[in-house]
Amino acid sequence: MSLRSTVHAEIAAVAAEQEKRMPPITDDLVMLETEFDSLCFALLVARMEDLTGADPFSEMEADDLPVTVGDLVALYDRAAARKAA
Amino acid sequence: MILRERLLEGGGLDGLFLSDHREKRDLAGIVGGSRDASVSETLAGKRVLLAVGGQMAAARAMLALDGLVARLALVPPGLAPEHVARIAADSESQIVVCDAEGLSEGDLPGLPRIDIEAAAKASAETGQETGQATEWALATSGTTGAPKLVAHTLDGLAGGINKAAAPEPGTVWSTFYDIRRYGGLQVFLRAMLAPASLVLSDRHEPVRDYLIRAGEAGVTHILGTPSHWRLALMSNALTRLAPRYVRLSGEIADQTVLDLLRTAFPEARMAHAYASTEGGVGFTVEDGREGFPASLIGARSGIEIAVRDDALYVRSGRTGRRYLGTAPEPLMAEDGFVDTGDLVERRGERFHFLGRRSGVINVGGAKVQPEEVEAVVNLHPGVSMSRVRARPNPILGAVVEAEVVLRAGTDAADPAALKKAIIAHCRPRLSGHKVPASVRFVDDLPLTSGGKLVRRMP
Repeated sequence: MSLRSTVHAEIAAVAAEQEKRMPPITDDLVMLETEFDSLCFALLVARMEDLTGADPFSEMEADDLPVTVGDLVALYDRAAARKAA
Repeated sequence: MILRERLLEGGGLDGLFLSDHREKRDLAGIVGGSRDASVSETLAGKRVLLAVGGQMAAARAMLALDGLVARLALVPPGLAPEHVARIAADSESQIVVCDAEGLSEGDLPGLPRIDIEAAAKASAETGQETGQATEWALATSGTTGAPKLVAHTLDGLAGGINKAAAPEPGTVWSTFYDIRRYGGLQVFLRAMLAPASLVLSDRHEPVRDYLIRAGEAGVTHILGTPSHWRLALMSNALTRLAPRYVRLSGEIADQTVLDLLRTAFPEARMAHAYASTEGGVGFTVEDGREGFPASLIGARSGIEIAVRDDALYVRSGRTGRRYLGTAPEPLMAEDGFVDTGDLVERRGERFHFLGRRSGVINVGGAKVQPEEVEAVVNLHPGVSMSRVRARPNPILGAVVEAEVVLRAGTDAADPAALKKAIIAHCRPRLSGHKVPASVRFVDDLPLTSGGKLVRRMP
């Protein structure tokens, strides 16, 4: 599975478990404008760390802060690239 | 000191307001306006439970009832009915001030009710001998499920606030917190004692909407937990906010969140405060670095900080006075020090926070007692024993992780599926932030010589 589809799938899974209604998950979706709350976000980040071994949030610059789902995918993409390097 | 009297006598209320997501009210209108002598008489000297839905109603009631009632017990929003009943019993409340959002019809049978709209017209007879210092009762964020009630005086609650200084012109306070929690109440009092305008949040309001509303209301001074701020930092509405003063409290402020806020608000004064419902406001750190300088240990004006057995102790007039309820445990030691339960470690000239001695996990400000979660995990037929601990998390500071020793003979051919099954087993039995975010299988768990699980982080 690509990193993008992993992120999308995990967002959907966390939202379903937390009983949040989500619009279709696309790269343009602004996460904080949905029901995806801080607990959902925290669970997503923990799962992504389990799946990818990366926690890009812990060493983040202000410019990296993700606003959309696409930003989040890019953040994990860069973390994966750093690990591979 | 009586809040409403101070506001009326101090004056300078022109143009000041209180607003929430629904309405904006003049502060002068809230504390002035006609008063109802009969409702004042009903409430005078009584122990009162405040169970309203929104923060505007709570603020109006606090201003009307301080100095009139003997005790004001604040019910924070979102509590289960049995916990509201527990607070009512522990505070020995005689009357409940409520609205439909704050208290359902069948709850607290037998306790007389006064609607918030009537109660907001009550007032202490200012300047009369009937005025009394109201005892304020605040709920802790709850470790074992049921919150504990801590009794405070208004003078103690306001002890960390510089009441002599004139407010910076144009100050508008706000907080992500609810003002019925210790941190939020500090902001409410800061605004009311200045006096200054105050923008109230709502727990159902998305972060983005709150930030936009706060920006439009011209908020200059704002408080949140590190978790509140981490979330706000991810909203593109954060740029709507132009604060002069950014304050953090309620959780450990790590260097990452401090640096991110510094970048987002380069001009703002930034402070992280060490405070708790029991210990009051301990100290405030303004150098932008995590932890606190070792020079804060010792006695300063009005407060004494000590480190004993790696934990932080506080003695001052700002700490809670005692716990309420039947057979309450003592809140402070005989020498007047309150044990905060927060572990610290000295590194050079600075102390750093390590977490809670009890192992209590702080999930974005909500406390989780590991034993409560372990008891649920252990009910799963495949689990022999478990240990629940904090897993560091960049969004909420920590989430819950369970280490599990499986029962002999448990089918673990598909470990991922078994982990999911254990988490799914917990979900209907625990509130959301207590459900383990992850499960790790281990061969055994270390025990102390006394046979207890070793809890202290290595």
